[in-house]
Amino acid sequence: MNLQPRTRWLLIVAAFAMLAAACGSDGESSAADGDAGAECEVGDTDGDLALFNWAEYIDPEHLEAFGDEFGIEATMTTYDSNESMLPIISAGNSGFDVIVPSDYMVGIMIDGGFLQPLNFAAIPNSTNISDDFANPSYDPEQAYSLPYQWGFTGLAVNTEVVGDDFPRSWDLVFGEGASEYAGQITLLNDPRETLGAALKSLGYSLNSTDQGELDEARDLVAAASGNLAAFNTDSSDELLTSGETVIAHVYSGDAFTQFLETDNPEIYEFFVPEEGGTRWIDNMAIPFDAPHPCTAHTFINWLLDGGQGATLSNWNYYGTPNAESIDLLDEELNEFLTSPAVLVGGLDSVESIADTGDFEINYADAFTAAKG
Amino acid sequence: MTLTHNRPIADTAVATPEFEAANERQKRRRGLLLALPAYAYLVLFFAVPLGIVIVYSFATRNRFGGTDLTGWNIDSYTALGDSLVRQVLLRSITLAVITTVLCLVIAYPLAYYMATRRESVRNLMLVFVMIPFWTNFLVRNYAWYVILGTDGPLSRVTETVGIGETRLLFTQSAVVLGLVYGFLPFMILPLYASIERIDGRLLEASRDLYASGFQSFRHVLLPLSMPGVVAGSILVFIPSLGAYVTPEILGGAKTTLLGSYIVTQFLTARNLPFGAALSAVLMVIMLTATIVYFRKGGRTL
Amino acid sequence: MTGSITEPRGVTRRLLQANAWFVYLFFYAPIVLLVIFSFSDSRNVGVWGGFTLDWYGDFAASEPTKDALWASLQIAAVSTVVAVVLGTMAALALERFTFRGKKVFDALLYLPIIIPDVTMAVMMLLFFAEASKLFGFTKGFSTITLSHIAFSISFVSVVVRARIAGTDQRLEEAAMDLYASRWQAFRHVTLPLIMPGILGGALLALTLSLDDVVITQFVTGPGWTTLPVLVFGLIRKGVTPLINAVSVVMLVASTGLVGLSLIAQRLRSDTS
Repeated sequence: MNLQPRTRWLLIVAAFAMLAAACGSDGESSAADGDAGAECEVGDTDGDLALFNWAEYIDPEHLEAFGDEFGIEATMTTYDSNESMLPIISAGNSGFDVIVPSDYMVGIMIDGGFLQPLNFAAIPNSTNISDDFANPSYDPEQAYSLPYQWGFTGLAVNTEVVGDDFPRSWDLVFGEGASEYAGQITLLNDPRETLGAALKSLGYSLNSTDQGELDEARDLVAAASGNLAAFNTDSSDELLTSGETVIAHVYSGDAFTQFLETDNPEIYEFFVPEEGGTRWIDNMAIPFDAPHPCTAHTFINWLLDGGQGATLSNWNYYGTPNAESIDLLDEELNEFLTSPAVLVGGLDSVESIADTGDFEINYADAFTAAKG
Repeated sequence: MTLTHNRPIADTAVATPEFEAANERQKRRRGLLLALPAYAYLVLFFAVPLGIVIVYSFATRNRFGGTDLTGWNIDSYTALGDSLVRQVLLRSITLAVITTVLCLVIAYPLAYYMATRRESVRNLMLVFVMIPFWTNFLVRNYAWYVILGTDGPLSRVTETVGIGETRLLFTQSAVVLGLVYGFLPFMILPLYASIERIDGRLLEASRDLYASGFQSFRHVLLPLSMPGVVAGSILVFIPSLGAYVTPEILGGAKTTLLGSYIVTQFLTARNLPFGAALSAVLMVIMLTATIVYFRKGGRTL
Repeated sequence: MTGSITEPRGVTRRLLQANAWFVYLFFYAPIVLLVIFSFSDSRNVGVWGGFTLDWYGDFAASEPTKDALWASLQIAAVSTVVAVVLGTMAALALERFTFRGKKVFDALLYLPIIIPDVTMAVMMLLFFAEASKLFGFTKGFSTITLSHIAFSISFVSVVVRARIAGTDQRLEEAAMDLYASRWQAFRHVTLPLIMPGILGGALLALTLSLDDVVITQFVTGPGWTTLPVLVFGLIRKGVTPLINAVSVVMLVASTGLVGLSLIAQRLRSDTS
């Protein structure tokens, strides 16, 4: 049958055409469309809203309320890490209007040209942001992102087992005394967080790009890994409250909501060790090729309203960057967020994770090596 | 796949060379037509995307999780020689072999037993093998996580029996258990499919010829079911090698296995070229092994 | 059929039975636990807090969860049907015929089984991103389903091939000698013979589709969250019995889906 070789060639040619198209258009396509933000008026909508967010980060009814108010459909798709969100947006044509990247990821995405500048004329509520969160290092002119929620990374401890008189220090997991709780400690399964904690414990910056410092941190984590129950990110808070572990390296919001779920929240304590830890900020941003940029601006403005911000925090129990929302927060949440016992080393001791460029590979390898 | 079918009976009756050649051509055409839809589908929706990724493996990482398509190089391939990679690979292979052997040992008798049942019972047993797997594998892993914990049901049982508390959670045994649980159906299905069609009279004949039960298993049943054994082993070995979720949840991520190493490269380290190179080399090795393995399995028939 | 295997007797038989019980116990232990704790009035899975139906109430009240379940079922149904048809045709072609390009096809068919999840996820993402720019479609149902079919075809064909290998081709030829058309011979001789393989392949394809997180997560578009992806996200924020309740619903839904298709198949074969 003489059609057959022809069919095959056709397929091969088609394959190469696709391949060439795929290669050729990469890079150029990711450039943002100019410097000014989208031309939108306050409250404009230009279609439905497609939100790309972390799971359980906004009440679905809250999102629906936005859709109802503006007469559009608001849908949400979820992701589980900054790293899995990035390739989806950077590949282009993702179809999403608003995304919620963390601090360092905002920096990466700005440099990659994956975010479009915001038009602040359409976001009058941006003035509600506390000064603390203005012009962050990852977006120095605050041109591309506005904060969504924030929190710390630190240690949570079961004081019934450990007592009240223990060092509020990373020594608790990296020091000599840690062997006392062998098999009852978890560290986050994240190279930057866990090596970052080790770097802090050694007195270095958690954004260090010094191979010698990283090697020291790697050895510290490797030594500590013998005392670990697990490297765990998803359920370290539950392992702690179920009694499986007594010391957990956790995110503040996770720890706090988990404590409140138990019958005796007072036996647990969360703190950022005196050497310092991570403060992370998640942000709202608009992808470079968002199909409905005006709806996106309207959504961001709407969520930065004091009342809406409080509704958001009271649902997900993370900190709000919105000065107008603070007075509207649940009392126990507010107490926790402002407690001096949480931030042992003060606000100067915490850092946000920043992108280290190609050194990220060294972090990933060091973490793999530390696990053995 | 090396099986050559018997020449059609119809042909031998009227075997003129012209007829046979025409017949052969027609068969080839039919074969191609039959294969074409899946062939075209896989070329378009698998081979082409794979081609893109392989091209990327020769590119340079950029910090945006993508690649710069300039300055082509083979750095990603030379980096594969690193001792870290070898350690991870060796560890993963060991675990995958253990998992495959355990699955085979558990699944073979079950598949055989299923094949001896009435047809309605068989189908029911088959469906009941699959039902637990419609819950989602993450959830199943978390169910084991509860069972194996310090206060979990398993620990309660061993306590009552008097062995004392056991915590399997976050150990290598827990990982193997989770992997066997996760991939056992992949072994059962092809095994069952190949044992079920074996002509039982062959087994009876061997017994009539005074073969012991073991002998007739060894010389009749096993060789006849070899395609199932091979297919099942491959379907279990490969996902075990790349397993990612089970070692993280049940093993506490305390050692790095191949699956999570690859995920780390693509996502955490945002090193697409290295992830692509690692996958490409892995796939070439696995493909070669699979084809050789299948050929062998076919020949023993 | 006279050729089916007869049951062994004595110790062997009892061992086989014991093994079967063991396997099913192993399979169902976590499932039973899952079901029990979906009724537990405690936020912690593993801690019994008294009977409640609240988690199911939460599920029923949650639009995203219901949407995700519906999305999963649609995708699983379509991708399984397409993969079974294509995969079975491929299996027949490879086992019964020789044709040009067979070796390449054979190798190509193994690749989706061999490829690590995340690699396939990344490559599908890059592919669909470019393709959607070229042809202007939105990602979502189509891209997820196309990807699921791409990996399911291979699994179906491996299982079906294990079944075809060695089934007696002469039966079909004998039927044709008796003036059955090629289609009739296939329909009434070959198809029933390979049906267990097809059924096994279909179950496998369904399971794979309902289980997939990584690939789906990368090729999805606005508004398309499948249940596994949703569960994956929920787990990041803590494992609660809501996840159990969701899984139980998923279990019931997919069992129903398979039950219905089996009944439909039986009805059809009764009327034909």
